[in-house]
Amino acid sequence: MLSDKDRIFTNLYGMHDWRLAGARTRGDWDGTAAILARGRDAIIEEVKNSGLRGRGGAGFPTGLKWSFMPKQSDGRPSYLVVNADESEPGTCKDRDILRYDPHKLVEGCLIAGFAMGANTAFIYIRGEFYNEYLHLKAAIAEAYEAGLLGPDACGSGWAFDVRVHRGGGAYICGEESALLESLEGKKGMPRMKPPFPAAMGLYGCPTTVNNVESIAVTPTILRRGAEWFSGLGRPKNTGTKIFCISGHVNRPCNVEEELGIPLRELIDKHAGGVRGGWDNLLAIIPGGSSVPMLPKSICDTVLMDYDNLRDARSGLGTAAVIVMDKSTDLIRAIARLSAFYKHESCGQCTPCREGTGWMMRMMNRLVEGRAELAEIDLLEQVTRQVEGHTICALGDAAAWPIQGLLRHFRPVVEQRIKDYQAQTAPRVAAE
Amino acid sequence: MAKVTVDGIEIEVPNNYSVLQAAEAAGREIPRFCYHERLSVAGNCRMCLVEIEKMPKPVASCGQPVGEGMVIYTDNEKIRAARRNVMEFLLINHPLDCPICDQGGECDLQDEAVGYGRARSRYEENKRAVTDKYLGPLVKTVMTRCIHCTRCVRFLAEVAGVPELGGTARGESMEITNYVERALSSELSGNIVDICPVGALTSKPYAFVARTWELNKTDSIDVLDAVGTNIRVDTKGGTVLRILPRRHDGVNEDWLADKGRHAPVDGIKYRRLDRPWLRENGTLREARWDEAFDAIAARMRAVAGARIGAIAGDLCDVESMFALKRLMAGLGSGNLDCRQDGAALDASRRDYYLFNTTIVGIDEIDALLVIGADIRREAPVLNARIRRRWADLPSFQVGLIGAEVDLTYPTTWIGEGPAALACLLDGSHDFAKILAGAKNPAVIIGQSALTRADGAAVLAACWQLAVQFNMIRSDWHGFNVLHRAAARVGGLDIGFVPQAGGLDAGAMLAGGVDVLWLLAADEIDATAVPGSCFVVYQGHHGDAGAARADVILPGASYLEKSGLYVNTEGRVQAASQACFPPGDAREDWTILRAFSEHVGHRLGFDALAGLRAQLAAEYPIFGDIGDCRRLASLDVTGPAGDPAGMGADAFARPMPVYYQTDPISRASPTMARCVAEIAAPMQAAAE
Repeated sequence: MLSDKDRIFTNLYGMHDWRLAGARTRGDWDGTAAILARGRDAIIEEVKNSGLRGRGGAGFPTGLKWSFMPKQSDGRPSYLVVNADESEPGTCKDRDILRYDPHKLVEGCLIAGFAMGANTAFIYIRGEFYNEYLHLKAAIAEAYEAGLLGPDACGSGWAFDVRVHRGGGAYICGEESALLESLEGKKGMPRMKPPFPAAMGLYGCPTTVNNVESIAVTPTILRRGAEWFSGLGRPKNTGTKIFCISGHVNRPCNVEEELGIPLRELIDKHAGGVRGGWDNLLAIIPGGSSVPMLPKSICDTVLMDYDNLRDARSGLGTAAVIVMDKSTDLIRAIARLSAFYKHESCGQCTPCREGTGWMMRMMNRLVEGRAELAEIDLLEQVTRQVEGHTICALGDAAAWPIQGLLRHFRPVVEQRIKDYQAQTAPRVAAE
Repeated sequence: MAKVTVDGIEIEVPNNYSVLQAAEAAGREIPRFCYHERLSVAGNCRMCLVEIEKMPKPVASCGQPVGEGMVIYTDNEKIRAARRNVMEFLLINHPLDCPICDQGGECDLQDEAVGYGRARSRYEENKRAVTDKYLGPLVKTVMTRCIHCTRCVRFLAEVAGVPELGGTARGESMEITNYVERALSSELSGNIVDICPVGALTSKPYAFVARTWELNKTDSIDVLDAVGTNIRVDTKGGTVLRILPRRHDGVNEDWLADKGRHAPVDGIKYRRLDRPWLRENGTLREARWDEAFDAIAARMRAVAGARIGAIAGDLCDVESMFALKRLMAGLGSGNLDCRQDGAALDASRRDYYLFNTTIVGIDEIDALLVIGADIRREAPVLNARIRRRWADLPSFQVGLIGAEVDLTYPTTWIGEGPAALACLLDGSHDFAKILAGAKNPAVIIGQSALTRADGAAVLAACWQLAVQFNMIRSDWHGFNVLHRAAARVGGLDIGFVPQAGGLDAGAMLAGGVDVLWLLAADEIDATAVPGSCFVVYQGHHGDAGAARADVILPGASYLEKSGLYVNTEGRVQAASQACFPPGDAREDWTILRAFSEHVGHRLGFDALAGLRAQLAAEYPIFGDIGDCRRLASLDVTGPAGDPAGMGADAFARPMPVYYQTDPISRASPTMARCVAEIAAPMQAAAE
């Protein structure tokens, strides 16, 4: 369990002042100029050594991502874009960072931006986060006021601006290239890769898109050292992570914990346990709505980090733990997610546009059981047809929850169909 | 160059090739719906998936650049399965109404379904239905058939430069629409029907007219502008049913302007001259050929050769003009003109009246000056090429003199008349610096700068400007005349201009001759011709010329005869006969040949081949059909005309209404609808 001295987000619950004065008492903006004075390469090296992996879901090593940015400009500016379009169902970690610890993000922008040679950061914030937007804006204004941002940020000689853009509320704009399109004022549709954003991103310039949490932890990593950070967690899955625990637990919460904590311990220690006790557990979606669910048997032992969950054929995703106890109609729960993905598909590429609607309609029938047994296989095949054949990962995200359901709870689905057939079968007159 | 292996075939391709292009270079066919080689890459249909070694997932080959040593599989079981799956997705919400779909037979979706479709549908849910959209009188929509490839959106935004289509909503609910239920305002809108891979966008005038496999296809040349677009004429039972562009990378690429596509299809069916007519006591009566010939011959014998004249119109083939010129020579007349609008074109040297840079050469221009031309309407396909040059070259600059027209790319408006030309010549305008700093500057002169009293002075001034800004060199010729009339360059090439001492069109029309032979010349004020003048009209439509004529000889329209046309860049192209002229109408050179016998000056050819042989013998350029040589010159001697003689009047607006400019388009009900539904509302909105 993470000890208090190792916490990065010390105001995660908003019990202290979120403004600059409060942030400074928690150590933010402390010696930022000295960090910048270490130079670009040293910062990137430190982040690489810390083993920090992207906190937005894909888990790509952050330092490595930064190192893709051009060392020498070819005349085009470089940009840092922060993805604060947190829309993954079950996830609310960035939201608490934005409203209670905005200065961690703003300071992180400066350091990350400096490390990749960017003079401008754009923070693309989910449109519905209105109050969070106000906090963020206030924090940025304070930082400018205090000379922490601006033409000579923190007295380092590095000019740095942070701009905030509010999204329109589309889930797909959380996908990095769709976010860039949206930021440019176009319809939020993912771009083809290559070219990758580090070569051609925002306005055709080298760009790195990072999650809020990834950026917000970097100042602390640089202050306390890569060794400290990599000493937490497990090999290749280092550091701390904010987990969002929701669903059928006694105390839903956000909590910062070490990566690799056992799932059961996470829930029992921080969320007051599963409603009705651990044995009342049916299944858990461990990383936000996009990853396959895990049945209780796996939840008993699984560790919460990127590699362990991948080995369990699920994923850490955004670390949004959605707990479902035995009162849950799993088919209905997944059908709801299918409806979400159908609604949020951008409609650009064929498998996702057509497949999400097909999957949703089949799931809706399965909720009632109004289907043939053979259609379970068909549904499984449709998810395979979508997965891995699309421009962005939304197709995968729509397919995985269904695959998780069918992998672990196929008998439940079959029973639903049989019940329906029994109910609607023509009655034979008693002889 | 990168070395890649496609299905075991090793091939070297340029580094900027996509995997799809590399596969094609290796002779492997990749199915695709959204990819179009003239449009940007969208990558959304997912039909072109291929497998590349060391990549975990199937890759959309259209958007993947090749890399050295790439090993590509385009046709293994995994890929075939992936394509079958995409096909299934495309078809679940497709209505499959192929029996009543006009795209049937030439539908990409249908064709690919042969290879990748399932025998039966696994989709048990309700299909999606989408409301049809109104896109004007030329494009019919059945949006339920749409597969969201966005080719039409990209075409209008990128090629036509009129971004009027887009997608609303998202996911399954996405619809391609222009949202405002207004006609598309592009002159190239018909092309979105061609590029639509399914039957979502079909041709409105062609709706339910025929099944594609019943059509006979004839290669021809479009004459409704002077670009010389290569076309394919589809006929059935001797009737022209539709016209499609034929690919020619040097001229029109894959595109065809709306007028050339739609006007002739119904335009050649209405107001046709299908028998000879003779005016007696002020009214026209039907006549036999020999009666008509006798009447003309009698009149001609009564006057001196110098009192006979001929004017050739805008749609004429070179052969009939050549025959008419020979006939006039036999009759002793030097009164010839192929410039019925009075344009001050100097026929003494070919590069005085050609688009010398050539259409392909547009891709090398880096600064352009447009004088008195609305290229977007006068030559829509050529304008698309200039637009692409603008899109490809960030530093590309266009200056505009004349009416402020929207060319679909940004222009610097310099002035409305000759004064603007003068301030470029003396360097007082900033655009002079841009022209001076350009490597390959060019000037395009439109007809509205030349069809005026001081036209010769304007032409000379333009030439002077070209010389001054180093546009005429041994390796580059940036002096371009943009023609509107398909017959014009051919006419000038064979010298269908006043011979020594001869009269020009204006003088002939003003009463300079007693017998005037109008070869399909209709863009004239025929009512101004004095009553004493005997007018022979040889042509295909009952338009301005026929209304004034004393004798009407029914000729053939360009679709009804084989002929040669020279486009604005000087490319000689051959059109083939697609159908027969109506009634008693005849191919024009045969009429002239027959009449020559009647009048006692027999022309020395009896077949088209013979005529062409004599033509090529006299004018060698007609020996190289299809060819276009880029002229470059060190001889900078200018055309006749004194630049100082330029007047002060502004250049007239070149083509106010695009859809009705010649006898064929004026007779076309489709074009009348275009005027009512596209041009008129736009004009009303502008006022």
